[in-house]
Amino acid sequence: MKTIITAEGNTLQAKFDLRFGRASWFCLLDEINGKTEFIENDFKESQSGAGTRVAQKIADFGAEKVISGDFGPKAKDLLDALNIQMVILQDDTLTVDDIIQKLK
Amino acid sequence: MPRPVNPRKIVAPPRFRELVPSGAPHGKREPVEFLYEEYEAVKLADYENLNHKEAADLMGISRPTFARIYENARRKIARAMVEIRPLATVYGNAYMDNSWYYCKKCHARFTIPGDKPKNQCPVCKSTDQIELINPENEK
Repeated sequence: MKTIITAEGNTLQAKFDLRFGRASWFCLLDEINGKTEFIENDFKESQSGAGTRVAQKIADFGAEKVISGDFGPKAKDLLDALNIQMVILQDDTLTVDDIIQKLK
Repeated sequence: MPRPVNPRKIVAPPRFRELVPSGAPHGKREPVEFLYEEYEAVKLADYENLNHKEAADLMGISRPTFARIYENARRKIARAMVEIRPLATVYGNAYMDNSWYYCKKCHARFTIPGDKPKNQCPVCKSTDQIELINPENEK
């Protein structure tokens, strides 16, 4: 199963990004073999609609779960309809690796 | 400042990202952006054969608003066909229903989509610490 974790950078030591649509990077984690891949967010600077565009992109990656700090109302609705599980963690001291360890 | 757009209720987003014409003589062109509510309008009016009043009630909008969305949708479909452009589905001003759960053990909040195990926290995997967040308190 694939999971997306929003991140401020493109390494496992990077901080977890609390923003969803305007997160800097996305860490695509394969929970079965533990492999990770980092994808830059092209919609980071967009004026509007970042959340929903990111949600569509996440669906394209085949992710079934997204971990972030918050989801806008539109992104929330869309992810829900796309059958993608949303998880909110409000702790911005975590790194991407901390979250991956929690999931194990 | 223009009046904000009332959100349109849709049952589910389209199950595709783009409808692309095949056999066109030239490469792929700029797509026409087809909003989710336009897809929903065409589906209700022309696939489920509802009249505009029934469809408008389902989407939580007035009949004239429905008619306007439907009109736009038809124009976009026509433009895509005549100009041989793909139709790309884009989120417009739609919303769908959902609910949130809370894990008392690891303090994660999350949703449970239809195909996921019920009553299990997606982070710490505990099964006895889950509670449904009352949507009234969330808003």
